[in-house]
Amino acid sequence: MIEIAVAIILGCCALGAGVAMIAGIGPGIGEGNAVAKACEAIGRQPECKGDVTTTMLMGCAIAETTGLYALVIAILLIFVAPNLFVDILFSRIR
Amino acid sequence: MNSKNRSFALTDALYLSIAIVPVLFGIVLKVLTGPGNRGISITGARIFFTVDFPVQPLVITETQINSWLVIITILGLCLYLTHGLNAAHPTKRQHLAEWIVEKTRAMTSANMGEGFESFPPFIAAIISLSAFSSLLSLFGLYAPTSDINVTAGWALGTFILITYYKNKCGPFHYLKSFGDPVPLLAPLNVISEFATPVSMAFRHYGNVLSGSVISVLVAAGLDGLWKIILGWLPGPVSDFALIRIGIPAILSIYFDLFSGCLQAYIFAMLTMLYISSGFPREDYQKRKENKRTQLIRREQ
Repeated sequence: MIEIAVAIILGCCALGAGVAMIAGIGPGIGEGNAVAKACEAIGRQPECKGDVTTTMLMGCAIAETTGLYALVIAILLIFVAPNLFVDILFSRIR
Repeated sequence: MNSKNRSFALTDALYLSIAIVPVLFGIVLKVLTGPGNRGISITGARIFFTVDFPVQPLVITETQINSWLVIITILGLCLYLTHGLNAAHPTKRQHLAEWIVEKTRAMTSANMGEGFESFPPFIAAIISLSAFSSLLSLFGLYAPTSDINVTAGWALGTFILITYYKNKCGPFHYLKSFGDPVPLLAPLNVISEFATPVSMAFRHYGNVLSGSVISVLVAAGLDGLWKIILGWLPGPVSDFALIRIGIPAILSIYFDLFSGCLQAYIFAMLTMLYISSGFPREDYQKRKENKRTQLIRREQ
């Protein structure tokens, strides 16, 4: 019985981590848009390449934030949560 | 003259050794105290020892040790670069030091505007600490920035500075700024106020940590691939995966070199932008003028 409970905990943590990383789609699309527009801008005005590149990198870093939140949650679910939940389970049994 | 030259060279060597010895010390410490198995695993910072403290035991981990190594390295580099400054005959290293100072000043004045002339040292400290901490992983050491405590500490410092500059017009003005467009949105403004340091800490930490996790996963994957393809061979050929040499280094160029420096730049940039945009410049100038006119009236 305990084995099944532990297996369910581990499996659900892994599933949760996988589902959380669906959030990676958003920053991907957003950063792609940003880079595409930056390329257009550089093509139109090659002389302001430096300014456009630095602004684009800043924008990309900020657009990445939501994806990184998902990454942090996924990392917590993989490396921290299983131990915690299994400990809670065992303490309940005792 | 000769003895002077010799003492100059000796001091140079001393400063350079201050910069290099910490890294070597970190490598030796890692080799001596590191786990012996050759297996690939993803772990947090290793705990060296704990000190008993009243509220909570103080845990000394790899993060603290490596942070201090980085600090000493930067100190040595600064001493080396500024040793023997000469206005008449500038040397190469003086040009480098001047270039760093000029670039930081130009960046700060371009992004923060007037009233923040004292900020270039702080910004340079953030950039150098963050960049060198991330670059420490090039030597195989644990990068302090892949521990959330470090980045959260920096973000907390930035948050304190932002709040200080928002309070420049007095606490009443600061509290009024929460109900800025409509007072109904005040809870959302409070949340966004606290989201700033959290997002800064998570951004830097997540970027560095994801890089190291992906590098470890790629190394483990190459190891497994070698075992599957050539595992039937006898002897040392199947034991040691030769494709693990070189291929992870290509990833390291992006994740360690590029991403580390970029995150340092972005952290410093966001610090500057948040602080300067939180400063109510026009209201502050108005308030200053009002005070001045009041003072003049009183004197009359």
